[in-house]
Amino acid sequence: MLQSLARALAQRSAGTAAWTALPALAALQSGSLASCSAWRPSSASQQPAAGLHSSSSTSHGHSSDEEGSGETISVTFKCEKDGSETTVRAPLGKSLLEVAHANDIELEGACEGSLACSTCHVIVEDESYYNRLPEPCEDELDMLDLAFGLTDTSRLGCQVIAAKDLDGLTVRLPSATRNFYVSEKGEAAAAADGARLAAAAAAAAALRGGGGGGGGG
Amino acid sequence: MLPRAGARLLSTAARNSVLQVCIVGSGPAGLYTAEKLLKRYGEDVRVDVLDRLPTPFGLVRSGVAPDHADVKNVTNQFTATCRDPRVGYLGNVSVGADIALAELRPLYHAVVLAYGAESDRRLGVPGEDAAGVFAAREFVWWYNGHPDARDLPVSLADVESVAVCGIGNVALDCARLLLKRPAALATTDIAGHALDALRKAGRVREVQLFARRGPVQAACTPKELRELVTLDGVAVHAPPDQMAVSPADEAEMKAVRMRRRMYDLIKGAAAKQPAGAQQHLRFQFYRNPVEVMVDPSGAACGVRVERTRLEATPRGVVAVGTGEYDAHPAQLVLKSIGYRSLPLEGVAFDARAGVVPNTAGRVLREYGGSEVDPGLYVCGWVKRGPTGIIGTNSMDADETVDSMYRDTAALPLRPVGGGAALRELLRQRGVRAVDFGGWQRIDAREVAGGAAVGKPREKIVSVGDMLSTAGV
Repeated sequence: MLQSLARALAQRSAGTAAWTALPALAALQSGSLASCSAWRPSSASQQPAAGLHSSSSTSHGHSSDEEGSGETISVTFKCEKDGSETTVRAPLGKSLLEVAHANDIELEGACEGSLACSTCHVIVEDESYYNRLPEPCEDELDMLDLAFGLTDTSRLGCQVIAAKDLDGLTVRLPSATRNFYVSEKGEAAAAADGARLAAAAAAAAALRGGGGGGGGG
Repeated sequence: MLPRAGARLLSTAARNSVLQVCIVGSGPAGLYTAEKLLKRYGEDVRVDVLDRLPTPFGLVRSGVAPDHADVKNVTNQFTATCRDPRVGYLGNVSVGADIALAELRPLYHAVVLAYGAESDRRLGVPGEDAAGVFAAREFVWWYNGHPDARDLPVSLADVESVAVCGIGNVALDCARLLLKRPAALATTDIAGHALDALRKAGRVREVQLFARRGPVQAACTPKELRELVTLDGVAVHAPPDQMAVSPADEAEMKAVRMRRRMYDLIKGAAAKQPAGAQQHLRFQFYRNPVEVMVDPSGAACGVRVERTRLEATPRGVVAVGTGEYDAHPAQLVLKSIGYRSLPLEGVAFDARAGVVPNTAGRVLREYGGSEVDPGLYVCGWVKRGPTGIIGTNSMDADETVDSMYRDTAALPLRPVGGGAALRELLRQRGVRAVDFGGWQRIDAREVAGGAAVGKPREKIVSVGDMLSTAGV
């Protein structure tokens, strides 16, 4: 657990090489990445409140005729918080956020898939799967920048759409804390939890320019 | 701390006696805490959530900008939590005024303070209290229809230039609201009085953002920055000398991709000069406000800033003055240098950091001490200071609920009055508490009022109107 956190933080602070090697970022920096506005619904906020059930239009990528075909792929969610590993069938065309919620997997979706938060952050375990995903748009990158434990195979769950070539996908759900009741070593785990949250706080502070809250500059 | 065996004992104990928890504050910190308590304890918990306003959701309602409707989707999730049979909502109940914390605590096994940060850091400069100078928090409350700020004396009629001190997301929100076409705000849930004021005012000609440090240290985030520098008809200015980067800046941008992306956003926007722009956004980096200049009528007319340079210290990179000063005209000055929590009687307070001292969410008996005050917890800004985004509170609540879960067997699960006793006490005192049904009546009227004028909701901005609409 701690190791993975340390790895995530190390990648955030030192992993530029990996980042700039990503085609999306290289494209971003050269200004050639297409605007992602076309991938968004005209106004997500006008959607009904039950956005999770209708928000797959927020996402882009695979042809929509796959959706509703009844076909499914296998997706595994590894939850850092409780150590659980759950493999489920994901219908083609559904986002990982929708799939997680349909299977009672604890993946936060505060903005209901409207690309306005980073709570559905997932880490793709296998880089070859990551490379099969359509590139993230700038709005997604803006949100990922705020995600806890960002790695070079991080995505937002609401933007990863089940497709045939993703069969066997495994994603990790990063967490700053780890539930007490799954810990094997009692207080040792508690100390580790504290370290994780402190590390998260430090990462957040670093993100925000050394604290000072809403301002300071 | 419990020995390992305690975890098993706990489930038996909890079955025999349901844990009664009271949460003070119904913003993201409070409602994430409620949600996680339900998940963790199942049927063995009852939760009451108090708010000093009749309306729930804290800064999601009164902080998140009106043109960020998607961010507010989280209220659907919070609504589901509040409607859970194990949860009670009591709005219009002010802890510290209607009921003392010392009275509340005996009614519950645990109290969680999640009342946020309702004050501000001060600049500490002359002229700071002049007419036309506001904390950004007050200005945000004003345009978001917070009842406490509905009468804020914001006069935009003669405002040409605005100075915003700070460059966090709150500063950027204020700048965007002032530069955006009022027509683009007319379809949001912006408070009616704010929309009227923005419509009547001639459009603000210039907003300057003053930051003590440089573009690579800016405290804002990419989405908000992108929105601001791509506003229609607004020319963005960032003086080239202020955009120069040091080797340390380069290293920082290499290490944190967000830093590079934000720097590039500002630089790219400043390189474009839209023809005939009527409005201007000026970044002013390495500028520390040292005085708000005041005209003979007592109103703000400008800010005087000292130029700074960065110095590496053990505390991090800080801005130090160079002894060179500039003056910039401004008829409206917004101080956006950070929120600050207020102390509550009966709880230790760290006056320097502006938080309640705690260890992993367990409140300490005194600041600087190590002894925990059993049964008292804290979450959100009052716990960790005013930083982070809505989702940060989810992790924060995880930690606090985890601490409580470990403590549960040690908390005396004595018989307590819980929500029924609290409601009876409030009734005796004539406090008009608003339950969640009452809020839903307020909500319905706001949504209907909004539909009539093409807005998602027309906020009710007086507590009296809220209470009569709620029917209490």
